[in-house]
Amino acid sequence: MFDILEKINGINSIIEKNILIEVEFEKNNILKIFNTLKDRSELYFNQLLDITAVDYPKRENRFDLIYILQSLKKNKKIILKTSIKENENIESITTIHKASDWYERECYDLFGIEFTNHPDLRRIMTDYNFEGHPLRKDFPLTGHTEVRYDDLEKKVIYEPVKLSQEFRNFDSESPWEGMENKLFGDEKYNGNK
Amino acid sequence: MKEVELNTTTINFGPQHPAAHGVLRLVVELEGEVVQRAEPHIGLLHRGTEKLIEYKTYLQAVPYFDRLDYVSPMCQEHAFALATESLLRIDVPQRAKYIRVIFAEITRILNHLLNIPAYAADIGAVTPFLWCFEEREKLLEFHEAVSGARFHAAYFRPGGVHQDMPEGMEEKLFEHFKALPKFIDDLESLLTNNRILRQRSVDIGIITKSEAIEWGCSGPVLRSAGVAWDLRRSQPYDAYDQVNFEVPVGKKGDCFDRYLVRIEEMRQSINIINQCLNNIEPGPISIEDNKITPPKRNQMKKSMEALIHHFKLFTEGYRVPAGQVYSAVEAPKGEFGVYLVSDGSSKPYRCKIRAPGFAHLQTLEHLSKGHLMADIAAILGSLDIVFGEIDR
Repeated sequence: MFDILEKINGINSIIEKNILIEVEFEKNNILKIFNTLKDRSELYFNQLLDITAVDYPKRENRFDLIYILQSLKKNKKIILKTSIKENENIESITTIHKASDWYERECYDLFGIEFTNHPDLRRIMTDYNFEGHPLRKDFPLTGHTEVRYDDLEKKVIYEPVKLSQEFRNFDSESPWEGMENKLFGDEKYNGNK
Repeated sequence: MKEVELNTTTINFGPQHPAAHGVLRLVVELEGEVVQRAEPHIGLLHRGTEKLIEYKTYLQAVPYFDRLDYVSPMCQEHAFALATESLLRIDVPQRAKYIRVIFAEITRILNHLLNIPAYAADIGAVTPFLWCFEEREKLLEFHEAVSGARFHAAYFRPGGVHQDMPEGMEEKLFEHFKALPKFIDDLESLLTNNRILRQRSVDIGIITKSEAIEWGCSGPVLRSAGVAWDLRRSQPYDAYDQVNFEVPVGKKGDCFDRYLVRIEEMRQSINIINQCLNNIEPGPISIEDNKITPPKRNQMKKSMEALIHHFKLFTEGYRVPAGQVYSAVEAPKGEFGVYLVSDGSSKPYRCKIRAPGFAHLQTLEHLSKGHLMADIAAILGSLDIVFGEIDR
């Protein structure tokens, strides 16, 4: 299977671990790659399991897009990874895998990645009229708005989040193992060496 | 120009409807009583589990998995434990593997004991619901005996299980599962040849082999379509490669086949549990590396080292080597997967949960087209929808 994957145009690195194959690909070739993966009888990755993304705010190519496919015939799973910039689009694969519809909507909703030629790219998980993309690393865990039922107005109202206590994120990393910066004055010591 | 008159009615089904199995909102377009379009609106139970997990240590993330599909809690912890173990490159002891398989199968029976009568209740039968709840209660006592909680067990943890089964548990389990097949027979006598159940489920919501694969279906839904695919068999994890069991498949892929597959799966689960009870031997129930699993209570009273380990484990947690992994288990509803990305710290960088119900619900529009409005309840019931896992 390794050598067939290697020959597909746009696939860069391949790591094979037992059942799982990890692959990186170029986003411009996405349709061709997915078509080949699905149709070639030696591969037959015909079941789409998942589409998701990972946010790395500091990188130039901010998002890693992850596609997970399964081949029932060959008993293999493949993780396909590509990276895109914040305002870039990627081609939707709904024409190849029907199941990708909701997964792409979810990615759009939670990360703000737009899929071109998707038949119905709407939010799916978050509330109607929600703003922002919650799984981005710069979206606060507590969110921006909270809802409650207002007795006077007789309806549910949205308000900015009020926390009675600041969100606490304890730094419990071990000072010995987790230390990145050297101690003050250490550079002098190393300099002497 | 010819004028066309559209005689469709759009109605709103849910989000508070007893047959919606939770908080599903369906916008249904009807022509007469025939469904033209059924569009699910999900996300009403979205709690941001994946976001929350990014802010918790690996151990603190375990209880979130109980709260996803709240009728089969332990199977989901299983997927997370396997994913974390694979990143940590550790292998759990034999006894822990057997205990996990036993409880994963108990959870499967629990799940089917809720789904089957709930499905039957959707299409008109009340008695099975009462019967099965009694039986579920007995099984939940086993959950309680090992973890202290009936549902939110947090029992399967990376590195093994939380604690050993109490003394005499194996005999109790053995006794219980000797009696359970009789109950399943009784349940079947109420349902399988019941005229109403057959009228409402045979030839309703048919999904073909290729459609089931194409839509990403797994578990009983995929098997009912005739695909003999079971992760416990094809990609065995823990002790599943040491037990023999059969994978039931359906012929047509309709609601009735899905019901039959679930009934047979319960019998196979009992079979697996019995084999595990025969093979299980005393031994450690988690790896003995105190950098990952906490030390024994009595060690902590004497050893400073043990006390430090305990403190560090429950404050900082353990560090997981950087990398990515996708681990999946055959949960009662289908393939439940966890895609985990670690950046080398003690908290997951990203944890994507692949819920089987998400893919199944997506097929609803396709399955219900052309059926009657009343069949939507039957199709929903037979897909085994739980919103905890779909909305996450």
